[in-house]
Amino acid sequence: MTLQAQETNEVGQLKKQMQQMQENFEKVSRAQQQQIEALTKKLDEFTKSQAAEKKPAQPVSEKTPEQQKLEQELAAELAQSSGTNAAIPNSKLTTQNSQLSSPWSPSQPITVARAGSAYMNISFDALMDAGWSSAADPSAQLQLGDHDPQRRGFSLRNAEIALDGAVDPYFKGFANIVFKLANHNETGVELEETYLQSTSLPANLQLKAGQFFAAFGRNNPQHPHAWAFVDAPIISTRAFGPDGLRNVGAQLSWLAPTPFYTELFLGITDGQGGTAHSFRNVGEDDGTGTNRFAGRATTDRHLRGPQDLLFTPRIASSFEITDTQTLIGGLSGALGANDTGPRNRTEIYGADIYWKWKPADAKSGFPFVSWQTEAIYRRFGAGADALAPTPLSSENLKDWGMYSQVLWGFKPRWVTGIRGDYASGNSDIFDSQDPFRGERYRISPVLTFFPSEFSKLRLQYNYDRGQHFGTEHSVWLQMEFLLGSHGAHKF
Amino acid sequence: MKKILKASGKIAQPVADEVTRRTFGSEMRGRIRLLTSAATLLTFFTLTLLAASAQAKLNVVATTPDFAAIAQAIGGDKVDVATLAKPTEDPHFIDAKPSFIVKLNHADALIEGGAELELGWLPPLLDGARNPKLDAGRPGHIACAEGISLLEIPIALDRSKGDLHAAGNPHYTTDPANVKTVAEHIAHSFCQLDPKSCADFKANLKKFEDRLEVKMAEWKKILAPYKGKPVVTYHNYWIYFGREFDFPMILFLEPKPGIPPTPAHLAEVITKMKSDNLTVIIVQPHQNRKTAETVANRTGAVIVDFPSFPSGKGPGSYIDWIDSLVKALAKGFEQKK
Repeated sequence: MTLQAQETNEVGQLKKQMQQMQENFEKVSRAQQQQIEALTKKLDEFTKSQAAEKKPAQPVSEKTPEQQKLEQELAAELAQSSGTNAAIPNSKLTTQNSQLSSPWSPSQPITVARAGSAYMNISFDALMDAGWSSAADPSAQLQLGDHDPQRRGFSLRNAEIALDGAVDPYFKGFANIVFKLANHNETGVELEETYLQSTSLPANLQLKAGQFFAAFGRNNPQHPHAWAFVDAPIISTRAFGPDGLRNVGAQLSWLAPTPFYTELFLGITDGQGGTAHSFRNVGEDDGTGTNRFAGRATTDRHLRGPQDLLFTPRIASSFEITDTQTLIGGLSGALGANDTGPRNRTEIYGADIYWKWKPADAKSGFPFVSWQTEAIYRRFGAGADALAPTPLSSENLKDWGMYSQVLWGFKPRWVTGIRGDYASGNSDIFDSQDPFRGERYRISPVLTFFPSEFSKLRLQYNYDRGQHFGTEHSVWLQMEFLLGSHGAHKF
Repeated sequence: MKKILKASGKIAQPVADEVTRRTFGSEMRGRIRLLTSAATLLTFFTLTLLAASAQAKLNVVATTPDFAAIAQAIGGDKVDVATLAKPTEDPHFIDAKPSFIVKLNHADALIEGGAELELGWLPPLLDGARNPKLDAGRPGHIACAEGISLLEIPIALDRSKGDLHAAGNPHYTTDPANVKTVAEHIAHSFCQLDPKSCADFKANLKKFEDRLEVKMAEWKKILAPYKGKPVVTYHNYWIYFGREFDFPMILFLEPKPGIPPTPAHLAEVITKMKSDNLTVIIVQPHQNRKTAETVANRTGAVIVDFPSFPSGKGPGSYIDWIDSLVKALAKGFEQKK
């Protein structure tokens, strides 16, 4: 009994104590809240008065006729001199930014979220398309890249969130998450890339691990927003499918101790799924519950051993031809098993070259001329399928093709260019409905305007001729915007 | 090149290929041959590298020629300095050329502005260089903005105001007073990297600072008659120079940083130049001189060509550069007197 009474007593005391503490806490918190509010108010007033001081003289809102005349004359004069653009919408003169009207203030007020003080770069980049094609469904035969404009009218096939930063002193981390709107406007999401990269391996080595674009040629490792055209090259989509070659695994690269740049890469990845199109990819359901690739029924098997992995070696070298000309070339391979039979293998080889000229006194990076060419060959060892609707024997499906593109940045913010695409393959027997095979070529002139580094407007025309579809014409308009801080691109 | 690719190609599919197994003997012999030649190559490279390091000069890479010039003044004959950006190039838009990766891979020290000027091209180069000596925080990574009070740090980051530098205006070497701090920083880092030559670095620093002091007095004397006159520039590049020598720079041909001049903006600039009697326009090699000429023709102003960077590599080239700026500006004002 006594014990119980004691306990009750203690509980009561504890309760009381707690109540007191709570009251105290609330009191302190109220006081602090008041203090904060007072300070915020003070700060507000202070910044307001500062802003008022700093505010430049109001720009004249009504333009005098003389001024309008002057503007017109200037526009005409500037249009003649290269390197300026007279067609830009008017912007009123405010001195560049408000700080400048009091230029000598040595110390600056508090700064917010600068790139250097954040732990990572965060950016959002969207590519929006509008266009028309003579083909009713451009996605069927023409626009085979997953992030290409794929239908008449408007589409949005690539809105990506890119994150990157240092993980710790040993690794950097990268992630690219892509959202896209499908043909019925439902949102698709893909984890395009997620990998870490070593920063402190010895002997000039570097390791990448996770899901990443294979270092094959120039086009494959680039994200669509870095491309010079709205769509993927034809041969890239044939060798690597709509999504490009990207898979889960690791890649070791080595910077060779040569006097010129030489880097060797070896990627070892799972080589599975739609993002390893020509490898362990079961293909699509033919409607009867059987998955088929290149007409053959496929087997979705587990990894039996290293022979089922995908190996992607590459070597790249670069030379400074002159002070203003740079050349980089590379040879790549992708070797692995495919799903059309137990012993069936695919080999893809590629050669690429990129040349760029930029004068030493270029204005904001203009003018420049660049030339990029890539050739790719694929041997797909297709297995036999006697039970297919048309029985298929085992055969080597060989595809080859190339694209070559020239870009000319003729004045600041403006780039024009042209790309020629060609692809073909051996074709004893193949499905005439298969858009990824057969002879095809395409000519694509393009004009791009970059209002700033963070936005672009692109107009492209495609003249398309293919064995399966005859001649088609398409016109695409693409817009891009980029928010936030985005990691710089490689050369 | 092809040979190496083939070699790695073979390594890449060493398993389960029947063809491979059948031709195993000859394959093996081929592989041994390849391995021997690879080993010879490696030995050769190692020897070359060892020979290179035996010279014991500090291998310094500077992002822009101003830092290279200062490094040369401090390092003297104890350093080899390479520069990534050319003196006439726009330092905001340098291509991240693969050859720069090699330069950075070999470097003992990297000198960069550190105020986001190189943000668009240096990070991928450093990623590729795999050189732990250049890791941030190591003495080999000299970010010169440390210790400099940067101007124009934006209160809020807002790209509708143009391509702002989040860390503040990065063109701080245009003020010789800032360069004193930079030179001290570089000398301090060089001493850490090569303690044996520290006395030399300190002596060079003293010499550089003394000379700078003498020249500074000279420059101020030359510019004294024109002090306080506002100057028009193309891009907001010379603000530190303007602060030191007292030339307010509040009017720019660009409507916003990084946005090319528009007729409407230029019309406003011309009106303001006329009403405030502004007579000097500063233009750099990578900017459009024709635009400046258009404005000059209508206002009677003089165009003064300012090289963005020191052009030489000698130890005196930084001071020579400021010297040329001061004289060019004085000459410009003199013409309009």
